[in-house]
Amino acid sequence: MIKVDVAVIGGGPAGLAAALSARENGAEKVLIIERDARLGGILSQCIHNGFGLHMFNEELTGPEYADRYIRRVEQSDIEVMLNTMVLEVTRSKTIHCINSDRGYITVEAGALILAMGCRERTRGALNIAGDRPSGVYTAGSAQYMVNMQNFMPGRKVVILGSGDIGLIMARRMTWEGAEVKMVCELMNYSAGLNRNIAQCLVDYDIPLKFNHTVVKIHGRSRLEGVTIAKVDEKLKPIKESFEYVECDTLLLSVGLIPENELTDNLQVDMNPVTKGAVVDETRQTSLEGVFACGNVLHVHDLVDNVSKEADIAGRNAAQYLKNSIERTREIKVKSGENIRYTLPNYIRTDIDKLDIYYRVTKTIKPAVVDVYADGVKLKSKKLLVLNPGEMETINIDIPVDAREISVEARENI
Amino acid sequence: MIYDVAVIGAGVSGGSAAMELSKYNLKVVILEKALDAAMGATKANSGIVHAGYDCEPGTLMAKLNVEGSAMMEKLCENLKVPYERCGSFVVGFDDDDKKKIEELYQRGIENGVENMEIIDGEEARKIERHLSHDVKWALYAKTAGIVSPYELAIAMCDNAVENGAEIMLDFEVTSIEKKGNFIISSPGKSIEARYVVNAAGIYADKISKIAGAEEFEILPRRGEYILFDKKAESKVSTVIFQTPSKMGKGVLTAPTVHGNMFIGPDAQDMDDKEDKSTTIEGLNYIKEMAARSVTKIDYSRIITQFSGLRAVYSGKKDFYIKNSDMLPGFVNVAGICSPGLSASPAIGVMVRELLQKAGLEMKENKNYNPVRNVPKPFSEMNEEEINEAYQNDSKYGRIICRCETVTEAEIVAAIHSNVPALTVDSIKRRTRGTSGRCQGGFCGPRILEILSRELNKEPNEIVKSDKNAYIVDSRLREDKHND
Ligand SMILES: Cc1cc2nc3c(=O)[nH]c(=O)nc-3n(C[C@H](O)[C@H](O)[C@H](O)COP(=O)(O)OP(=O)(O)OC[C@H]3O[C@@H](n4cnc5c(N)ncnc54)[C@H](O)[C@@H]3O)c2cc1C
Ligand SMILES: Cc1cc2nc3c(=O)[nH]c(=O)nc-3n(C[C@H](O)[C@H](O)[C@H](O)COP(=O)(O)OP(=O)(O)OC[C@H]3O[C@@H](n4cnc5c(N)ncnc54)[C@H](O)[C@@H]3O)c2cc1C
Repeated sequence: MIKVDVAVIGGGPAGLAAALSARENGAEKVLIIERDARLGGILSQCIHNGFGLHMFNEELTGPEYADRYIRRVEQSDIEVMLNTMVLEVTRSKTIHCINSDRGYITVEAGALILAMGCRERTRGALNIAGDRPSGVYTAGSAQYMVNMQNFMPGRKVVILGSGDIGLIMARRMTWEGAEVKMVCELMNYSAGLNRNIAQCLVDYDIPLKFNHTVVKIHGRSRLEGVTIAKVDEKLKPIKESFEYVECDTLLLSVGLIPENELTDNLQVDMNPVTKGAVVDETRQTSLEGVFACGNVLHVHDLVDNVSKEADIAGRNAAQYLKNSIERTREIKVKSGENIRYTLPNYIRTDIDKLDIYYRVTKTIKPAVVDVYADGVKLKSKKLLVLNPGEMETINIDIPVDAREISVEARENI
Repeated sequence: MIYDVAVIGAGVSGGSAAMELSKYNLKVVILEKALDAAMGATKANSGIVHAGYDCEPGTLMAKLNVEGSAMMEKLCENLKVPYERCGSFVVGFDDDDKKKIEELYQRGIENGVENMEIIDGEEARKIERHLSHDVKWALYAKTAGIVSPYELAIAMCDNAVENGAEIMLDFEVTSIEKKGNFIISSPGKSIEARYVVNAAGIYADKISKIAGAEEFEILPRRGEYILFDKKAESKVSTVIFQTPSKMGKGVLTAPTVHGNMFIGPDAQDMDDKEDKSTTIEGLNYIKEMAARSVTKIDYSRIITQFSGLRAVYSGKKDFYIKNSDMLPGFVNVAGICSPGLSASPAIGVMVRELLQKAGLEMKENKNYNPVRNVPKPFSEMNEEEINEAYQNDSKYGRIICRCETVTEAEIVAAIHSNVPALTVDSIKRRTRGTSGRCQGGFCGPRILEILSRELNKEPNEIVKSDKNAYIVDSRLREDKHND
């Protein structure tokens, strides 16, 4: 049995930053538990650049970004257990894990930080009919094969979904000599960053077909082709538009889902929209002493925001151990019109300023975001455009007597 | 070497026959064209051990179903195959349905099915809380169960091999000649055997024909399915059939032994014996139909869809299990559509009896071991068991499939087992690796590496299911960097 002050599950950018911040804010024994053989999480396979623009004002690759934190962890006395898979966590913060060099390990923690990241949605979740050949991969798996294993998944590629990983892989596969025929996106907007569309598709003449989807998969052994279709306003495929496209590889970039299987056992309140835990501004969940940050809490587009959020979680985990999180109130933060979700969900301590993170439900151009406190407008912010694919923040001053804060977005006419 | 018996086809029928024969001092070989056992109908079906009220009284189907179902529990316990006697409902929505339910009940009585009851909707919902409120009547059959069909077939073959039989995968029988003994050939190889059991599923007609035995026709009838995550709400705990009506035969909603739920199958007569694709129409149909039986199906929790092909004998609606009159020593086990899985333990016994009738002499194999020695899956071990397993093999400390918590030790063991796992899908069927929520997104590439290492093959030679289903096209650089 190992006893620690703060146990962090997951050694990706969220876990790294959370552990550092917990340690720097006074937690004595901090432990990172990571199932992989290395720290860095998903960043290890993201060898393209574009990370850290906000955090470091530099364009780093994924591994370079992770390295900045890994080095700090190595220089600290934070303990790291690699090759250690957490099998179960209990409400009393006991962690059961299995380690490849040490066997079964039990850890007891004063505070727990969940930083398990996310997983990709698969073909099954999309319900695409047809055969079940090899050659259909999530974009992240393909990225792992190409960048980590040096394997080329295939030669003629169709990408379904315009999430960032799909866009990055369109360019990556092109560089490795594959023919990327198209990216099909169900919606009329992309879930990915504009900069990725420009740098990964436009620059390589790869068509991005909005309002298109894959309706059938062909090939009894290896993938031989897909049937694509245009969809109507209700997102239903239009029969007349069915078109066969020959390909040996289909990459799916159709969304990420927080990896909350361990969290289930903790029975904390979950947000059905984000599929992550409900948290307050300290990133504490409904179970005291359990915090969450990074993609396990809600899916981020930019790693910089992950690090920021993890910093908050880590600092508060340290505060929690010192008994110094004082819950003085409970202000609800709600998603109003055109807002898919807001984070945090509650404000509980005596703070006067807060960054609210939010995503919109549809493209709004030009846009205004309004924040209300108990029906009274607190703040308005004008933006050229709001995309569902990009997470936004708005900073507010919290009125002392507020009970409910809500965020709304609308077209700026 | 001259084998006493060659069994063609490693589905539940062939597997059961081979296992039964391995209880005797016989040299048995199983010939299977695919890269694994259980790649035919046995791979993709409903996995239900029917109580036996459905079959026409007096048929082989009725007899073998009831016998097989009675043998199933003990057999699965011995073979360490997941089986659960969860009970089944046939639900009815109106008076017409009630009449049908009563007929089924009567038929069950005639077939010798025990523990059946007709109950009303209210009572049924007490047992299965997810039943729709439109359900008025139900035939409740407590002896019905569920089993993992592909694990059953693999375990049967495994037990046969453990007890002296051989299995040859990638052996597609393309010719059978009788020159005293049977010479059975696949491109580039052949074997010799005194007796032949034709359990080639949907191709049993073709095998009978090329051997020069009886000619008959086996027609493919496809059924599509949708499989749900373990975490899906409204997951049922009993098998729910619908009463056959004007709306068709209906579809079922059922749990799997692994804690998932599925809906399906429909029934489509096909021309193509290889077409196991799913269709938009088929999937929509089963969704629509399933919605009648149960409340709120959680479609956000679909993990996959698949389809299977039933092997339907074109003659009388029954199994076709006989000694060939035209070709002595040749046994046909054909037309094994539903309830073939339920009947399978009894099919093996019947095949052995037919061979005895055909003149094959056999003495009991005194060393026969009915119990399969398989370690408990890691996911079911407690702390102590994990520690013990880890002390013996540190590969138990490395989780490869994180959704189903499958360790490297289990994957390596599967690759070197009696019926070796040569493909990624074979590993899935033995360990559940890649079958969880992420559908191999994380562990697929890692399993590929383990297969390549253990089988001493290049990564691009490793396949998902069949020979042409390569996973990676090529290596990118020769000097694979390791950090
Ligand atoms: C395939 C992919 C590509 C991406 N590409 C980009 C990009 O190009 N640019 C960008 O800005 N963002 C990208 N993102 C978003 C990126 O995920 C986030 O920016 C950031 O990496 C999330 O950090 P995290 O620490 O929350 O999660 P992760 O980086 O996923 O880290 C989670 C860690 O937790 C570990 N873990 C999980 N469960 C357990 C357990 N039970 N026991 C032990 N350890 C466990 C995992 O092994 C992993 O190391 C990408 C995401 C994915 C999935
Ligand atoms: C949709 C569906 C649902 C069903 N549901 C149920 C159910 O709930 N309960 C139930 O009891 N039954 C059910 N069944 C029936 C059950 O699945 C079958 O009866 C059973 O699996 C048949 O097993 P088999 O061994 O006879 O055939 P298969 O499993 O098809 O095995 C035949 C084998 O022969 C091999 N083979 C073929 N040709 C050659 C060759 N030339 N050389 C070498 N090998 C060859 C094939 O590769 C295959 O492995 C269902 C069937 C389907 C399709």
